[in-house]
Amino acid sequence: MVPLSWYLALSAVLFTIGVAGVLIQRNAIVLFMCIELMLNSVNLTLVAFSRFLGDVTGQLFVFIVMVVAAAEAAVGLAIIIALFRTRETLNVDEADLLKL
Amino acid sequence: MEQFAQIQVSHLFFLAFASLAVVAAFNVILQRNPIYSAIGLIVVMCCLAGLFLTLAAEFIAAIQIIVYAGAIMVLFVFVIMLLNVREEDAKTDRQKYLKFLAVPLFLALIAEVMAVLKTVGNPAASETVPGTVESVAEGMFTNYVLPFEATSVLILMAIVGSMMLARRESKEETNEIEAALTAANQPTEIVEESSEEEVHA
Repeated sequence: MVPLSWYLALSAVLFTIGVAGVLIQRNAIVLFMCIELMLNSVNLTLVAFSRFLGDVTGQLFVFIVMVVAAAEAAVGLAIIIALFRTRETLNVDEADLLKL
Repeated sequence: MEQFAQIQVSHLFFLAFASLAVVAAFNVILQRNPIYSAIGLIVVMCCLAGLFLTLAAEFIAAIQIIVYAGAIMVLFVFVIMLLNVREEDAKTDRQKYLKFLAVPLFLALIAEVMAVLKTVGNPAASETVPGTVESVAEGMFTNYVLPFEATSVLILMAIVGSMMLARRESKEETNEIEAALTAANQPTEIVEESSEEEVHA
């Protein structure tokens, strides 16, 4: 059996890559993908703990996280489409109407 | 001896899936073209589904492939192709000094994660193996039925909200809005005249 700490380390690596992507990317769609990447890495942690503790609750949380991710992707992509229609860009730096 | 071989095989599975997932994750954040990022993310999700299988979570692995790689990523690819995004040039960073801050902070993060992982140690896996459809469904429809119902309401709201946001306004509605805007900008007399004309017509 692979040790628990390996799964946690992989999850930390994937989460950090997702955070780095959110920081360095300017394309709104890729930003959303990085958020999905972070959600996935947390799911890995939940499933790993669920296996090592012998408790199914972690997997139920994963199921709920997936539903939330689907809802977030649907609404977020709708916002991106609306943004593209009005501003003709996907660059998040250019959508700064509320910026002083 | 047989057990030793088994351990080695599961370690190899883990290393293969994990390295592929990390490479694909870097692909997600470093590609310039969003469609390549999407393909990288699909690879990450498939690798994670494989890792879920090594953790004996068959149901979650299947859902991962069907919902994430199947539905959510198709939505992403659909939007990328719908918007026909051009590749954007990399702009120079405005805050150049932050680059030098990144390396020490990265090393600090690595040290922190390593310190935490040392405390985790190597606990033995539990004897009971959750993850079949029966065990997940039993938890979902007994103790956690309220969160389950709440997520169903959430996804319904997301459907309605995304349709509201993404629909194209019809010609009539845009004309109405434009008429209202011009009426608001014009002096009041002209507005009254036009409304009288409408009444006569």
